[in-house]
Amino acid sequence: MSSGHVQSLSSDELRELYRSLILDHAKNPRHFGKLDTATHTSEGINPLCGDKLRLQLEVDAEHRIRDAAFEGTGCAISVASASLLTETIIGLHEDEALAWFDDVTSHLTGTSDANGRDLGKLQALGGVRDFPARVKCATLAWHALRSAIENTDEPVSTE
Amino acid sequence: MSQPNPQSSSPLLDVRADFPVLDQDVNGKPLVYLDSAASAQQPRQVIDAVADYHLKDHANVHRGVHTLSQRATDAFEGARDRIVEFVNANSRKEIILTAGTTESINLVAQSFARPRLGKGDKILVTHLEHHSNMVPWQLVCEQTGAELVVAPIDDHGQLMLDELRELMTPDVLLLAVGHVSNALGTVNPVKDIVGWAKQQDITVLVDGAQGVPHMDIDVQDLGCDFYAFSGHKMYGPTGTGVLYGREELLEEMPPWQGGGDMILEVFVDRSVFNELPYKFEAGTPNIAGIVGLGAAVDYLRGIGPERVAAHEHYLLDYMTEQLTAIEGLKPIGTAEHKTSVLSFMLDDIHPHDIGTILDHEGVAIRTGHHCAMPVMQRFGLPGTARASLGVYNSTDDVDRLANALLTAKRLFA
Ligand SMILES: Cc1ncc(COP(=O)(O)O)c(C=O)c1O
Repeated sequence: MSSGHVQSLSSDELRELYRSLILDHAKNPRHFGKLDTATHTSEGINPLCGDKLRLQLEVDAEHRIRDAAFEGTGCAISVASASLLTETIIGLHEDEALAWFDDVTSHLTGTSDANGRDLGKLQALGGVRDFPARVKCATLAWHALRSAIENTDEPVSTE
Repeated sequence: MSQPNPQSSSPLLDVRADFPVLDQDVNGKPLVYLDSAASAQQPRQVIDAVADYHLKDHANVHRGVHTLSQRATDAFEGARDRIVEFVNANSRKEIILTAGTTESINLVAQSFARPRLGKGDKILVTHLEHHSNMVPWQLVCEQTGAELVVAPIDDHGQLMLDELRELMTPDVLLLAVGHVSNALGTVNPVKDIVGWAKQQDITVLVDGAQGVPHMDIDVQDLGCDFYAFSGHKMYGPTGTGVLYGREELLEEMPPWQGGGDMILEVFVDRSVFNELPYKFEAGTPNIAGIVGLGAAVDYLRGIGPERVAAHEHYLLDYMTEQLTAIEGLKPIGTAEHKTSVLSFMLDDIHPHDIGTILDHEGVAIRTGHHCAMPVMQRFGLPGTARASLGVYNSTDDVDRLANALLTAKRLFA
């Protein structure tokens, strides 16, 4: 078969992708909605599927993220990732949040093993590594986070 | 070429063996390919024609006295002759060979519409169009100050014909309408539509990308001015396509791109343009691809458009029946006249997740907006899952699809 180098997937990998933690966050996303106190807003667009996600942050004078929320439509992976993101970053300094961005995205794209950090619940997103077409779904919210912090006005795209 | 199905009571074709790519496992399961509306697979006859050309005949066309160049030219022009017959054009002059539907439509937008448009003029499109029959018109309207008017569709995904007729006002230069919606499968009554437009002297371009693979096309009978389609939707190679244009209009139109092949004489300050169809074919074309397109025409004509249509209608009915029996499955696009496409939502599972789970079961479908975001917006959806049929599909394929959808339901239960 010509595609011999593309590994074929077992049911385990599918279950790994759609772990119960992921499905739980996809069906009951945390911090879903608008944030009236937002100081930073950013939009992420996945042109492959047309999904859009809006991330809002409330950042105080000391650059600490006091609150976060997101809204939009997305697949289970992108919604779960955004939901887990908000849980992770609330209470963090912007720089710490950016460090999470680096570690999580490198974990998801498989370039490094999260720089040695224990990703905790976010480990669950790692299932996408067996599904190259889905990595962008998992990283979308994280790119929106970076652009919200760096305050770029342009919507970020996963392309 | 495959023979008619021996059980002649069944309208189903038996041509799967012509398509080598289908003979493989994906994720450990035999491939079920239900994404022909995005790109159809190629039969061995097409693959061999392209390979033979490369192996024996390749040279540049229209420019050499040597044998290979002559053979390449004959093969390339031979494909054009087959396309003339295939769509019943008047002559070779009316068949412009392009890179695809997108290029064909842009050619008409820039060469036909742009010089004729100004403030106060209108281009009419419909809410059903593929981006490539929408964006070129947006661009030319921006360039000229003309207005783009969009005809509405109903909740079944059908054009609202009375409203469309009302929008055919004297200030409309051109109507661009799809023959078949790629997102929903709706077949538009293009012959009637052309008739109404002609009463108002409106030029009509039909985007036939999803029409040609599924039915007999006779451009003279339709009466349209332009008809655009792509090779890769009709079992031919990617990067090939056709623009049919009425000779009288093509004659009036200036060239679109400049370069080799499209000229008779070039001086440093001016050129004398070549005659039709070459005036619109600048540069070395996709010769091998067009040779393959000619073979695809032979392949489809060999089966016969009536048998293709009968096969696909039977399977679409079967698929609609099997899928709508699944609890929580909602078809999107329920037009009375449809072909080969079933778009749907399943529970509240996002189409992207459905696509991944199905792929895992060896079933290839398209998910997302299908390059028809306005259609999705009309239904208030980010996208759909879409299964689309070709000559090689069978009821087994549909059963595998239905089973895979049940797996998705279980996983998300
Ligand atoms: C209805 C319709 N129009 C136009 C196109 C564009 O075709 P191509 O990408 O081959 O130029 C497609 C295919 O995606 C289509 O389905």
